[in-house]
Amino acid sequence: MAPLPAERRDLSRRTYRTLKIAAEIAVPLALLAAWQLWTTHASDPNFPRLSTILVEFRKMWLFSQFGTHVVPSLERIGLGFVIAVVAGILIGIPLGLSRWARLWALPHIEYWRAVPPPALLPISVILLHSIGNRQKVAFIAFFCMFPVLLNTIDGVRGIDPTLVETGRSYGLGRLERVWRIVLPAALPQIVAGMRNSLSLAVITMVLAEYFSSSSGVGYVLLISKNTFQLAPMWAAIVLIGLLGYLLNLLFILFERRLLAWHRGWRASAPA
Amino acid sequence: MLEIRDLGKTYGVGAKETHAVAEISFEVADGEFVTVVGPSGCGKTTLLKCVAGLLPPTRGQVFLRGRAVTKPPEELALVFQDYSRSLMPWASVRNNVLLPLRHKKLGRSERAALVEDALAAVDLTRFGDHYPWQLSGGMQQRVAIARALAYQPTILLMDEPFASVDAQTRGDLEDLILRVWDEYGVTIVFVTHDIDESVYLADRVVVLTHSPTEVKEIVPVQLRRPRDQLVTKELPEFTQLRGHVYRLIKRELKAPEDETDLATV
Amino acid sequence: MANAVDAAASAARTEVERPAETRHRRFRPIELLVFVTSIASAFLFWELISRTGTVSQQDVPAMSTTVKELWSLMQTSGFWGAFARTVRGWALGLGLATLLAVPIGILLGSSEFASGAFRVPIEFLRPIPSAALIPLLFLTLGTSLKSEVFLATFGAFWPLLVQTMYGVRDVDPVAIETARAYGVGSFERLYRITLPSAVPYIATGLRISSNVALILAFTAELFMGIPGLGQKVNYAQAFGLNEQLFAYALATGFLGVAIHLVFTAVERRALKWHPSQRSAET
Repeated sequence: MAPLPAERRDLSRRTYRTLKIAAEIAVPLALLAAWQLWTTHASDPNFPRLSTILVEFRKMWLFSQFGTHVVPSLERIGLGFVIAVVAGILIGIPLGLSRWARLWALPHIEYWRAVPPPALLPISVILLHSIGNRQKVAFIAFFCMFPVLLNTIDGVRGIDPTLVETGRSYGLGRLERVWRIVLPAALPQIVAGMRNSLSLAVITMVLAEYFSSSSGVGYVLLISKNTFQLAPMWAAIVLIGLLGYLLNLLFILFERRLLAWHRGWRASAPA
Repeated sequence: MLEIRDLGKTYGVGAKETHAVAEISFEVADGEFVTVVGPSGCGKTTLLKCVAGLLPPTRGQVFLRGRAVTKPPEELALVFQDYSRSLMPWASVRNNVLLPLRHKKLGRSERAALVEDALAAVDLTRFGDHYPWQLSGGMQQRVAIARALAYQPTILLMDEPFASVDAQTRGDLEDLILRVWDEYGVTIVFVTHDIDESVYLADRVVVLTHSPTEVKEIVPVQLRRPRDQLVTKELPEFTQLRGHVYRLIKRELKAPEDETDLATV
Repeated sequence: MANAVDAAASAARTEVERPAETRHRRFRPIELLVFVTSIASAFLFWELISRTGTVSQQDVPAMSTTVKELWSLMQTSGFWGAFARTVRGWALGLGLATLLAVPIGILLGSSEFASGAFRVPIEFLRPIPSAALIPLLFLTLGTSLKSEVFLATFGAFWPLLVQTMYGVRDVDPVAIETARAYGVGSFERLYRITLPSAVPYIATGLRISSNVALILAFTAELFMGIPGLGQKVNYAQAFGLNEQLFAYALATGFLGVAIHLVFTAVERRALKWHPSQRSAET
């Protein structure tokens, strides 16, 4: 194959880029249009038109029911997530550092991470009914802890021993080594775990609100289904999807700032 | 200043026992520059870690100013071979240098001054805000040296610090470490597997046998200081010393006492 | 180099899990002892908090009571029927998800253009909690195995898709170039180079998805009343049969652990013969 002249190669490259970007915009729009067309055409009551859903979405969530239902859901996610992250890191670091502690904890971690969370929903209600709304937070926090915990353990175990020895040779105490060396070095892994646990937080929030709640997006979803209000139901589904998407996006922005060094470092590392 | 007395280190127990270091004794005087050479895999790093108090020896003791070393001493700093692994990639050059000072009881300005002095000593003043991974290999090793200097040790241990930089940079770093040694008046124990380097830098060269390691010979180097990459290395005394050390090590390589030992270290 | 960086960046964006390192190490007897003691003490703790009345026995039946209950349930065909149904929903969901996700993943992974075009829809659909689809399934597919399988498939699809895409992209470009230089056709390249090196990633995806599929099969049963372990838990809760509730929850946990162990073993296997792993071991 004869190489193209530089000029033409540049041109075809540019065309390709433009086409690619066009496709990135066009495909989602086409999918939305297809949805609208199909729902209009099929007129199945279970699948209201996209436009109807969007109108309903605006009516419900912007912002008449925002305070009564979205805010409680967000609170539960936020609180559960924060507790999960703090607990996951606090437990994960000693487990990552000590082989014996890990051996002790391993069977429990392996069991609970594999248990389907909804299996514990009824039990969590029985055990924690006395703490009311916080039962849902506890449920969310418990299951969201595992991705952070497991990643913290892995991150701590993966630390370069030279780094820790450097700290030791300069007389840094144990706590100081953890704070100045172990934690920052494990941070990229921990943050990856946090992202997984954030999407898990949305899922467990919906489950917990289905099961026992009188507020929240999951609750609205359940009620509108029970009363066959399809547009509100779809609006709730779209909202939950959007919530998952936006939280993920927000987190990625946060991660970029926090781990700017990590990207640069990896990019500079010889392959 | 530093006294290593009958130091021995074995790994494992019973049948799997491996003698990394059999028995090593030598002394380092105040302000001296001592290099340690030996065939590869002879436990040089183990030796240094024992001296630095990172690894408890199985036998013998290390004394620093008459006191036995049981944990990393305050007045000792260690520079690892692998700069890319001993520097913290998430911290700027300045914060990397600052790391060992954080728990010293110093004022903020005192600390900052120590850091700036150390960076100036290794010609990195302009790079304080860079991340280590933005610098070349030689510069990264200079950061590690600056960090050790800022700690104000009276003795500096270096574990093959220039092994992973190119030859040109290596020469520059050798001269830099000689200059710093002079300026800071610090005692240096420098492990290397490069014979030229060991002779060029040292007041005395400690030649090790291979594993299980003992001291083969201590070669005094009386070349004139300040030394120069060209002038010094062209001196007949230099060539002669180099040849002597080379022969000591080569003889070691020729007649390994036990092949399996080499493989296990 | 630049490609590798891009790949790394996009990996970070799409939550790809690198295949876990294999750490082969046998347990020493003393370590085994710690392990066993740890499990035993957890059971003991459970027994004690219930027996001493720290938590009322009404709420939390003692460990021995629960295990006895589980044992007697295991003598009934009802238990095994429910168990088999859950496993069936899980297996169908995971199987279907694999059949869909792997080919699509290969397609999207090997074409930069296609993956760009579908990036936004995927990024949008993936984080949708599948649990949010339950009400919709109620109304459309109804309380049937179909709903359960759909939900499990939907959930299990995404991790597998993302892993496959990344695995295909992570192929060593030198290997591909070499094959091209020797005139190996594009189909054979896919078959001989791309797929084998993507296998560990797919195996990791399978491990993640196997867990997700179980969660969703169980969730469907719990919330939609589809026969299976989830439905049993739901009934036990509705009728206040706490002993049964705990017994079924325990059984579900063991099923989860079993699935996890099997797929971790599969992942290890897949990693073992992977070239990158072999060079790392020597």
